Amino acid sequence: MSQGTSQKAKSSVAALLRYRKNRDRVIELILLMAGLVAVFTTVAIVAILVYESSFFFSHVSIKDFLTDTMWTPLFSDARYGIMPLVSGTLTVTFVALLVAIPLGTIIAIYLSEFATHRLRETVKPILELLGAVPTVVYGYFALLMVTPFLQKFIPGLPGFNMLSAGLVIGLMIVPYVASVGEDAMRAVPRYMREGSYAMGATRLQTALRVVVPGAFSGLAAAYILGISRAIGETMVVAIAAGMQPTLTFNPTEPAATITAYIVQVSLGDLPHGSIGYQSIFAAGLVLMLMTLVFNVIGFFLTRKFREAY
Amino acid sequence: MAATADITLAQIRKGLYWRKQLDKVFVIVGLLVLFSCLGLLATLFIDLVHKGSSRFGWDFFMNFPSRKAERAGILSAWVGTSLIMFVTALVALPVGVAAAIYLEEYATKNWFTNIVEINVTNLAGVPSIVYGLLALGLFVYTLGFGQSVLSAGLTLALLILPIVIVATRESLRAVPKAIREAAYGLGATRWEVTKDHVLPYSTGGILTGLILGLSRAIGETAPIITIGALSFIAFLPPSPVSGDFPFLNFEWLKSEFTAMPIQMFNWVSRPDQAFQANSAAAGAILLGMTLLMNAVAIWIRYRFRKKINW
Repeated sequence: MSQGTSQKAKSSVAALLRYRKNRDRVIELILLMAGLVAVFTTVAIVAILVYESSFFFSHVSIKDFLTDTMWTPLFSDARYGIMPLVSGTLTVTFVALLVAIPLGTIIAIYLSEFATHRLRETVKPILELLGAVPTVVYGYFALLMVTPFLQKFIPGLPGFNMLSAGLVIGLMIVPYVASVGEDAMRAVPRYMREGSYAMGATRLQTALRVVVPGAFSGLAAAYILGISRAIGETMVVAIAAGMQPTLTFNPTEPAATITAYIVQVSLGDLPHGSIGYQSIFAAGLVLMLMTLVFNVIGFFLTRKFREAY
Repeated sequence: MAATADITLAQIRKGLYWRKQLDKVFVIVGLLVLFSCLGLLATLFIDLVHKGSSRFGWDFFMNFPSRKAERAGILSAWVGTSLIMFVTALVALPVGVAAAIYLEEYATKNWFTNIVEINVTNLAGVPSIVYGLLALGLFVYTLGFGQSVLSAGLTLALLILPIVIVATRESLRAVPKAIREAAYGLGATRWEVTKDHVLPYSTGGILTGLILGLSRAIGETAPIITIGALSFIAFLPPSPVSGDFPFLNFEWLKSEFTAMPIQMFNWVSRPDQAFQANSAAAGAILLGMTLLMNAVAIWIRYRFRKKINW
């Protein structure tokens, strides 16, 4: 082999290497852009909500927004107090949690501490299916099955009410609470259970006094996840709870939540840039802030009670 | 000393007996709660099928919505849903997989990667209607896509992006390091390792994630109501295939639309019993599709797990 050809081969190998390295750099850049879509989405959400709400708040003072007890932006006598929507949202969420937290916790404890391996592996995917049911179907369930059923026990219960919406949302978030809670309890190391058994504790005692406290941070996270879901749930309340904003904490009354209001406005034909159009962004901003508050509480709860194993 | 031991032994036995009974009670309570939750799902499905059964049939699938309940159908709804799902999958799959590859294979641990990761986690917790508001402000008005199939598809793609990213990352992480190192040892670049070795092994997990994401998207109602989906549409979007050159047209992307959950929502809120039967039928189909997609996802995951033996 002559000197020239080997030189030539070397340089073509070098060229190939350079090409592949450059190609890698270009590809990395493209992949990075895809990763940035997530960041961009968050920034865009905040930007859009704040930008559109800023027009709303140039019409409505923040004091009125927070203290007025009427929310009637679509009437000629428009009032802009967010409180009725917040009270509706909180009431529905509270009812939902009354269902989801006990049921979800019991299922989590049962699956993690009592169920056989086979039952757990069969039931978990089915339970996750419950969480995959479209929310509009749950709305149908609340309006046409749960409400008529409740009316047998609570005479005078209106056809639209927050109680049945809340109960159904609670049922809907049971799988989330159960699934996250179970994961947390299974992360508690085996030797802690064995220590407890060695002291003569039964399964239930071990579960309630050793495993549940040990998994508290995970359980708290599961509850917070449930709260966020309940606050943001839209279709069930839009269908079953009625759409009149009313300042009440009584679950047997009809009322509107923040999300239901946004749906109600979107169903109509509001011109872009009108005060009604802007009001849904203000409502959305409040919704985001409420979810944020719970997420922050969840973050601190988790940090405070985190056990290091 | 002996006397106290006697008393405590009897007490311990009694206590132990009750504690064991309590254990049994809890087992019963647990099973009861578990199966009543599952039973409710079954009841719901049976009720939907039962109430909607009178409406199933060729006409229901091939008719447009109508003011007369017995002539109303879901043609525009299922066509709309299919088109939206197509756009969603086409956007969410490449973007989600690329983002996951970046985070898992390329990114070094630094503040920037942290921000991206926190964002992905956070986005999974944002209420879906907020995505609708984002889409209304951004896609519909700022970018001028209008109340179209394109806006809806993009919105749902953003919504399921976290699901696709998380699923892809998990399946990438499951590929053993040894496989990557063997490929690097033969002189492959990072992209070649990813494309030729890591990705083929993770296809199952990625597909599972995509299908689960789509099954979430197909039932999402709130965000596309916010964009401005109409519930009464008696026409189909222009066909994507045309007789003239270049045989494809993209007019359908800009078309107004309705979708299955919107149609169901519209019917459920009418007081007329006949429309509630339509609503039940639409709900049964929607629920059936969701459950089917989930079943397919579980099956794919199972198949790929069985096939791969590290």
